[in-house]
Amino acid sequence: MPSVKLPKKSTFVDMTPFVDVAFLILTFFIMATKFKPPEPVEVNTPKSVSTTELPESNAVLITIDKEGKVYFTALSQKDQSVYNSIISDLNTSRNLGLTPAEIQNFRKTYLVGVAFSQTKQLLGMPPDQQKNLKQPGIPLDTTGGELTYWVQSAKSAFAGQQLKFLIKGDNNSKYPVFKNVIEALKKNDVYKYNLITAPEDAPVGTELYEQRLRGAH
Amino acid sequence: MAQIEGGGDDHKKGPGVKKAKKLSTRVDMTPMVDLGFLLITFFIFTTTMSSPKALNLNMPKDTKKEEELNKAKESGALTILLGKNNAVYYYEGQLAPDGSNFKATTFKEIREEIINKKKDVVRNHVHDSNCDKIKQDAQKAGEKDWQNACKDRDFVVVIKPDEDATYKNTVDILDEMTINNVKRYAMIDITPQELQVVRATEGSAPAK
Repeated sequence: MPSVKLPKKSTFVDMTPFVDVAFLILTFFIMATKFKPPEPVEVNTPKSVSTTELPESNAVLITIDKEGKVYFTALSQKDQSVYNSIISDLNTSRNLGLTPAEIQNFRKTYLVGVAFSQTKQLLGMPPDQQKNLKQPGIPLDTTGGELTYWVQSAKSAFAGQQLKFLIKGDNNSKYPVFKNVIEALKKNDVYKYNLITAPEDAPVGTELYEQRLRGAH
Repeated sequence: MAQIEGGGDDHKKGPGVKKAKKLSTRVDMTPMVDLGFLLITFFIFTTTMSSPKALNLNMPKDTKKEEELNKAKESGALTILLGKNNAVYYYEGQLAPDGSNFKATTFKEIREEIINKKKDVVRNHVHDSNCDKIKQDAQKAGEKDWQNACKDRDFVVVIKPDEDATYKNTVDILDEMTINNVKRYAMIDITPQELQVVRATEGSAPAK
């Protein structure tokens, strides 16, 4: 009887399919990733069931951080000249005393959170150093404060174009700050705002949930 | 690794013995997999999958003229007050001078109150000729409960955050309006009388 020879099995596992899958997933993530723009101010937005997409251009973004400081950002991708219009307008109306170079610099400034008296100092800095400057926030009061003028200039710079007003508030900021921001916008006859929130599902069993189930959204 | 054998010691085998080494074509993939997954992990962490959404908020124009103001029926009004430490207070209709209809609740339970009040308003609805058109439109639009389309007309929620309320509370309560399909709501300032009652409640019982 011939002895049964057990074949010596190799412990080597073929990794090729594994690599295939790994790189497939990798490709997916590379494609799907959209890098977060640099955020000099950290804001944790609240959640809402809203599904409206956020406009990325032609918008004025007002940021409220957790200490209640208010920052102003203009968002315009197509038309770069609005940045110049906004700051030039403020330069003349509020006597900021900016040089042409400082006016140019506004375009690269991600956000402004200083009083008019400090604007020259902020815009005098190169954009990559601005984040080191501790910005105290735009002064606000119950009648709108300096933010009113920023909104006013933005409104005239965007005249004739669609303009959205985004408010990005932090979870822990207090309501009066939000109210003052609204007040500043109301002063400029702006009554529609978009609050930036993180998406959330409609709670099960509520009217909205039923509505979305039916597809009548 | 073991698969590609190094030929470093071959010359010691003896002179003249030259064996053509059969090199395996198998390449060890392990380091490549390692690298692949490292990159995957990196991209998973940096990815922001859910893009932020916009919550629409419309505020009314400030007006002093009496005739331009929308009047809320007392029977259909629910006032929600937001206080310190995520506390929620509410009352129906007018605030009683002694504060007897002033109740404290939480964010979890306020939904129940809104739904109950809405049902209440729908139940007590009396026929209104202004409603007929709204009903017809709802029927045309194919809404299932078009019969009730107009009955919550009198239901108004008044939101009054006080100065200790956070932005999150405000957004949460506005979101609650969307969730419960409250069509008419307004956000206005708290009155001194209400503030006093809120303060008294906060003082007497520790906030939840």
